[in-house]
Amino acid sequence: MTTPENPAEPAGPKGATTPAGAAEPAGPAAPGGAAPLVELVGVGKTYGTIRALDGVDLAVHPGRVSCVLGDNGAGKSTLIKIIAGVHRHTSGELRIDGRPVRLDSPRQALDRGIAAVHQDLATVSLMPVWRNFFLGSELTRGRWPFQRLDVARMRAVADAELRGMGIVLDDLDQPVGSLSGGQRQSVAIARAVYFGARVLILDEPTAALGVKQSGVVLRYIAAARDRGLGVVLITHNPHHAHLVGDHFTVLRLGSVELAAPRSGVTLDELTRHMAGGAELAQLERELSGPA
Amino acid sequence: MSGAQGQAAPPAAPAAPPAGAGAPRRRTARRLLGRPEMGALVGALAVYLLFYAVAPTFRHVDSLSTVLYQSSTLGIMGVAVALLMIGGEFDLSAGVAVTTSALTASMFAFQLTLNVWAGVCVALLLSVAIGALNGFLLVRTKLPSFLITLATFLMLQGLNLAVTKAITGEVATDSIRDMDGFDQAKKVFAATLTIGGTHLRVTVLWWLGFACLATWVLLRTRYGNWVFAVGGNAESARAVGVPVAFVKVSLFMTVGFAAWFTGMHQLFAFNTVQSGGGVGNELRYIAAAVIGGCLLTGGYGSVFGPVVGAFLFGMASQGIVYADWDPDWFMFFLGAMLLLAVLLNLWVRRQATRR
Repeated sequence: MTTPENPAEPAGPKGATTPAGAAEPAGPAAPGGAAPLVELVGVGKTYGTIRALDGVDLAVHPGRVSCVLGDNGAGKSTLIKIIAGVHRHTSGELRIDGRPVRLDSPRQALDRGIAAVHQDLATVSLMPVWRNFFLGSELTRGRWPFQRLDVARMRAVADAELRGMGIVLDDLDQPVGSLSGGQRQSVAIARAVYFGARVLILDEPTAALGVKQSGVVLRYIAAARDRGLGVVLITHNPHHAHLVGDHFTVLRLGSVELAAPRSGVTLDELTRHMAGGAELAQLERELSGPA
Repeated sequence: MSGAQGQAAPPAAPAAPPAGAGAPRRRTARRLLGRPEMGALVGALAVYLLFYAVAPTFRHVDSLSTVLYQSSTLGIMGVAVALLMIGGEFDLSAGVAVTTSALTASMFAFQLTLNVWAGVCVALLLSVAIGALNGFLLVRTKLPSFLITLATFLMLQGLNLAVTKAITGEVATDSIRDMDGFDQAKKVFAATLTIGGTHLRVTVLWWLGFACLATWVLLRTRYGNWVFAVGGNAESARAVGVPVAFVKVSLFMTVGFAAWFTGMHQLFAFNTVQSGGGVGNELRYIAAAVIGGCLLTGGYGSVFGPVVGAFLFGMASQGIVYADWDPDWFMFFLGAMLLLAVLLNLWVRRQATRR
């Protein structure tokens, strides 16, 4: 859960630094002409008196990866929870295929092809892999009083889809909790792709992973992108973001600090913005102060 | 966690361990050990052998039938409570809810001089409504079910005594032995069948029937999948579209249904109901479920396990009598059994998940 560390403070530097030529208006003038799959226009969210998000613009296009970066408490999780239908925004507009919508539950988002792989809620760890894969969208056969799970088909599909992502398990009955972190994320990603997601939201998929496993997950992100999905990648690791991202949005205390396409920002700039930019320079001066 | 296979090189990683013949057997053994009811089965076997050795009367078929009957009165509730626990919640009001149901049916029919089936139906509605109320309060307030059902438990306990006294002037209901429909209802809820010279109470069949149905629902339907999911991680379940509130409320209503059935059995077996009854049984239901391998925290368990757990209770309560031991030791025995069972379950699960 993200809440600004200090709600009394005016939310972040408003006149966010935007590199020249990078000011891509998140409006209808999107590349390609077609309306973005998902678009946020001036979206804000308050929890009681706490302002978690304020005036955020974001557009998700098919076959592209939009990275959302930010420190702890910057509002990243709040942002994806709004897109995924977990929470409702309190101001601004959420558009899907160009039409303004209000999502009341994750189910509604799923029905519109928006699937979120949450950092902490990707899977139910005590349940077998195949049950997790189909959770909430189970395959059944038979008519109602005798309607039952089609276990054989669910196992076969889960196995095939996971193999398609390069995960080969010798036992689909093993609890998801016994998989490695990268595999768990990949199961969730494979599930979202299989169920026809058009927009894939990934919340810190690499946060708890080592270098090698992060690589695995990033490869799946690229694979999903190449299949034409719009991907929203939430991360606080600018290196991972820069590897796969097409567009970068840096959040700070609930507002947009930087919005730039890949061509408009270097890894160094991204890292500097992530680290706190001006604030960090100030801190550096203070710490090295009266020596 | 050392899941070394699979994630290293994504495409076409030869993940299956090179072992050909040895691995599958070890896996089967591990899966068998990992079954939630394994601990209860081992415990039941040990207790059975113990009483078989020390109590000659325990070996008779009639004794087994008595043990099964004892187990079934606990076990029917145990099945519903186990489902609820797998779904991640408790119901402390389950014990007195049984009495509430029996009192309602008895007094409604008696005071209005109706056919007992009218009372049975009203009791069913009330029991399921109590379950629904528990579940509704839970999903609306998001308070722990321990607190919510503790409150219902205390309220029902008070209502049972107060309302019964206000209506009948006594602490027990009047006998409904002579009322219309009694014999018919007794056949359903409290009949004794004679099979090959042995008497078998019908509740044993109901118990096993409910257990089979619940097992099928739990393992082979979407609803069952959802029960595991809301108990294992309700937020994850919600995020993938599982109707968490519906599942939780319906699980409480299932406990209400089981409380009604058990209450009806008590009513038609004994003709009258003591208004103070049922207190303390809620913990026995939970104990049976836990002995049967259900995790206290939800998301893991089976129905078969609690069936074995209830059987353990039945054996212990009757075995002590057959063995001529002081019945005062019963509770101690149960406690020791519970402790052993959870320790065994813990050990087994550690073995099973070690990789």
